[in-house]
Amino acid sequence: MELQIVRIFAFLLTMALMSAVRADDISAAIDVLRAVRPGAADSAAARNAVQEVTTGGSQALLPLLHGFRDATPLSVNWLRNAFEQMADAETKAGRQLPQSELEAFVADQSQSPFARRLVYETLKRTDPGIENRLIPDMLLDASPEFRRDAVALLMTEASHLQDAAIATPLYRKAFSGAVHEDQVKTIAEALRKHNEEVDIQKHFGFLSQWSIVGPFDNKEEKGFAMAYGPELEVNASLDLNLQAEYDGQSAKVRWQSISTTDDYGVVDIAKQIENYKGSLMYATTTWTSNKEQQVEIRLGTPNSWKLWVNGQLVFEREEYHRSSQLDQYRVPVNLRAGSNTLLLKICQNSQTQDWAQRYQYQIRICNSTGSALLPSSSTARSEIGSGVRQ
Amino acid sequence: MKWIITFLIVAAGTRPLSLAADWRQFRGNAANSVATGETLPTELSGDTIAWKARLPGRGLSGPIVIGEQVFVSASSGYAQDRLHVISIDTATGTQQWDREFIATGRTLTHDKMCNATPTMASDGERVFAFFSSNDLICLDLAGNLQWFRGFGSEFPNASNSLGMSSSPVVLGHTVVVQVESDAESFACGIDVESGVTIWQIDRPRAANWTSPAILPATDQQSALVLLQSSKGLTAVDPVSGSIVWNFDQGASTIPSVTVDSGSIVIPSNGLTAIRPGKDNTFEQLWNSSSISPGTSSPVVVDGWAFALNSAGVLSAGDIKTGERLWQLRLRGSFSSTPITANGYLYLFNEDGNAFVVKPEKDQGIIVSELDLAEKILCSPGAANGALYVRSDAHLFKIAERH
Repeated sequence: MELQIVRIFAFLLTMALMSAVRADDISAAIDVLRAVRPGAADSAAARNAVQEVTTGGSQALLPLLHGFRDATPLSVNWLRNAFEQMADAETKAGRQLPQSELEAFVADQSQSPFARRLVYETLKRTDPGIENRLIPDMLLDASPEFRRDAVALLMTEASHLQDAAIATPLYRKAFSGAVHEDQVKTIAEALRKHNEEVDIQKHFGFLSQWSIVGPFDNKEEKGFAMAYGPELEVNASLDLNLQAEYDGQSAKVRWQSISTTDDYGVVDIAKQIENYKGSLMYATTTWTSNKEQQVEIRLGTPNSWKLWVNGQLVFEREEYHRSSQLDQYRVPVNLRAGSNTLLLKICQNSQTQDWAQRYQYQIRICNSTGSALLPSSSTARSEIGSGVRQ
Repeated sequence: MKWIITFLIVAAGTRPLSLAADWRQFRGNAANSVATGETLPTELSGDTIAWKARLPGRGLSGPIVIGEQVFVSASSGYAQDRLHVISIDTATGTQQWDREFIATGRTLTHDKMCNATPTMASDGERVFAFFSSNDLICLDLAGNLQWFRGFGSEFPNASNSLGMSSSPVVLGHTVVVQVESDAESFACGIDVESGVTIWQIDRPRAANWTSPAILPATDQQSALVLLQSSKGLTAVDPVSGSIVWNFDQGASTIPSVTVDSGSIVIPSNGLTAIRPGKDNTFEQLWNSSSISPGTSSPVVVDGWAFALNSAGVLSAGDIKTGERLWQLRLRGSFSSTPITANGYLYLFNEDGNAFVVKPEKDQGIIVSELDLAEKILCSPGAANGALYVRSDAHLFKIAERH
C-alpha cells in the first residue's frame, strides 16, 4: 500500500515537473516570437518557436495571448499565426477552446487589442451571442475595431427610432466613441438633422489655428530639398522667429495667421491664400501637452511635405497629387509636457491638370485608436497679422 | 531495388512539382498570360460555374493554383489593414484555411484598389502573398508562417497614396518584388526559403504599378527578370541582381511587359517589340501606336499580339510586324489582363461579364459570354481544365461539367 502511494506521488511529482519545464519552454518560445526583428534573420528561430508553442496545446493558449501585449507589429503576426495554428489543431481534434477564460481575456482592456480581437472573432464563429454580451460595453475600447462595432450597434438602434428625443442621446453616445470617418459623418448628419450642434473638428482633434509664411520657390520641385528661412532656423536649433521677413518666391514674405472652420480641419492654401504654382509654404502651430506622452500626428495632403516637432524632423514625403485622405499618414511622436511646436513644410508643384490643383493639408493629434487628444490650449504662434479664415 | 523503393517513398511523401498543371503567379507560370497545355471550357454558361466560394473583405489579386489548392489574398477591416491568405480546395470550393495578418505598412488606397491588389506567387512548396502595404508573407501550403517581410516599415516612404499593385514573380530560388513610388523605389530578390534579401537595387523614383516578367533562359543566357518603369525596361539577373541590359525608350506604368517565343512586347509608345541578341544587346523589331493597351497587359501567343484598352476594344496585331489586323469591341470597362488557352482568349470586364474570343485571321469572334454579376478587376488563373476568377466577395471556378 505504502509503495503504491509512493509511486502515485512520484508520478504526480514527475508530471508537475514536466509541466513546469513545458511551461518554461513555452514561455521561452513566446519570448523568441516577441523578439523577432525586421528582416528575416530570425525566421528559422521563429518557426521553431511557433512549433514549440503550438504543440503546447491549450496550456500555451493564454500565455501566448498575453505575449501580444506591447509586441511589435511583426511579432504580432508571428504570435497570431501560432494562435491560428493552435486553434485549428484544437478544432480538428474535436476539443473546445476554453470559452470562459478566453471571453474574460477579450473583456480585459489591459491586453493587446490585436489579441483580444483575434480571440473575439475566433469565439464568435461558434458563439455569435458573444457580440451582445461584450460589444455594448466597448464604446470607448482601446481597439478601434471594437469601438466601431459598439458605435454601429448604437447607430442601428438610433436609426430605428422615430422620436428624435430618444434617438438623439443614442447618437450622442455613439458619437462619443466613434473614431472612423464614415461613422462620424453619418452620426453628425443625423444629429444636425435634429438641429443638434456637432463639432467634428474638435471630435477628431484637428489643429485649426496656424501661422503660415510663403510662398517660397518650388519650381521644378526643387524646393523640397531646399531649406528656406524658417527651415534654416530649425536646422540651426533656433526658435522660429514669427516676426521675421524672408525672401519669398517673388517678394518679401512674412508670417500671417490662418485658421480653418472646415469640419475635417482642411487648411486650404489654394482657396484661402492662393494656389501659387511651383511654390511651398511653412506653417506652424503649438500644442500644449499636460504630460510627456506618445501621440500620433495624422496628416492628409495631396502635396509633398516635411514635418518637424520641437525642431526634430519626424517625417518627410515627396509625392504630389496621388490623393488626399483623412489619416493618410500616421506619424508616432513623443511630445514633452508643456508647449510643443509643429512646423510643416507644404509643397505645391506645377502640374496643370484639374486634379493637380489642390494645395492643402489637415493635421490632427490623437492616440493609436484614432481618438482625439485635446491640448491644454492650442493656438497659432504669436500675435501676428490679420487672420485669413475659410 | 532498395533505392527504387526509397525513391518511391520519398516521391510519395513529397509534393509533386507538377508545374504544368499549376498557375503559380500573376499571368501564370511564365508570367505571360498563356495557359500552356490547358483546355478550358469555351461555351460558358451558368452550368460551367463549378462552384463559388465566399471570400472575406476585398481583393483585386488574382487566384493562383498549386496542385489541388487554389490560393487567393484579401484585405479587410475599415482601414484594409487585415491581410488574408486563403487556401481553397479546387475540387469542392471548401475553404481549407484563412490565415490573417496585420499590415505593417500604409494601407490606404484609391477606392477602386485595395490592399490586396498584387497577385500571390508560389514556388510550388510555399506561397508568397504581397500587399499594397508592402507586406510580403511566406506560408507553407498548410498555412504555417515561414517568414514575414514588412517592407512598409523597413522602407516607410516606399508607398503610393493611390495604392501599390506590382505582383511578385518567382525565378528559381528567388522571389522578386518591385516596390516603386514617387518617394522611394527599389526592387529586390528574396530567398524563397529564408526570406532574406539576396540583392536590392535602386529603381526610378516614380509611381509604377507594373509587375515583373520573365525572360526564359536560352543557350546563351540564363533566365532574366524584366523590370518595367516609366524609364523603360531593365533586364536583371535574378540571382545576383546585376543589370544585364536596359531599354531606355520609356514605357507605361500600368500594363506590364510580356514575353513569348523570345519576343519581348513592351507597352511603350503603344506597343514595342524587341528581341534579345548576343552580348547583352537587343534589337527593336517594331513599334505600333495602333495597338495600345489600357490597364490590361498585352498578350502574345501563336503569332498574335493582343492589346485590350480600358473601354473594351481588343486589338490584334501581327507579332512579326506590329501591323494591326483587326479590332473587336467588347462590352464594358476592363481592368483585368486576359489569359489565353488552347487558341481562345478569356476576358473579364469590370461588370463581371466573361467573354471567350476566338481570334481568326481577319476578325475576333465572341464564342460565348457569361455574366458573373459581380465586379471583376483581377486577372484569372487557369489550371487542370478550370478557370478561376475572383470578385471582392467570391472566388469562382469555371469548368466543364463531367
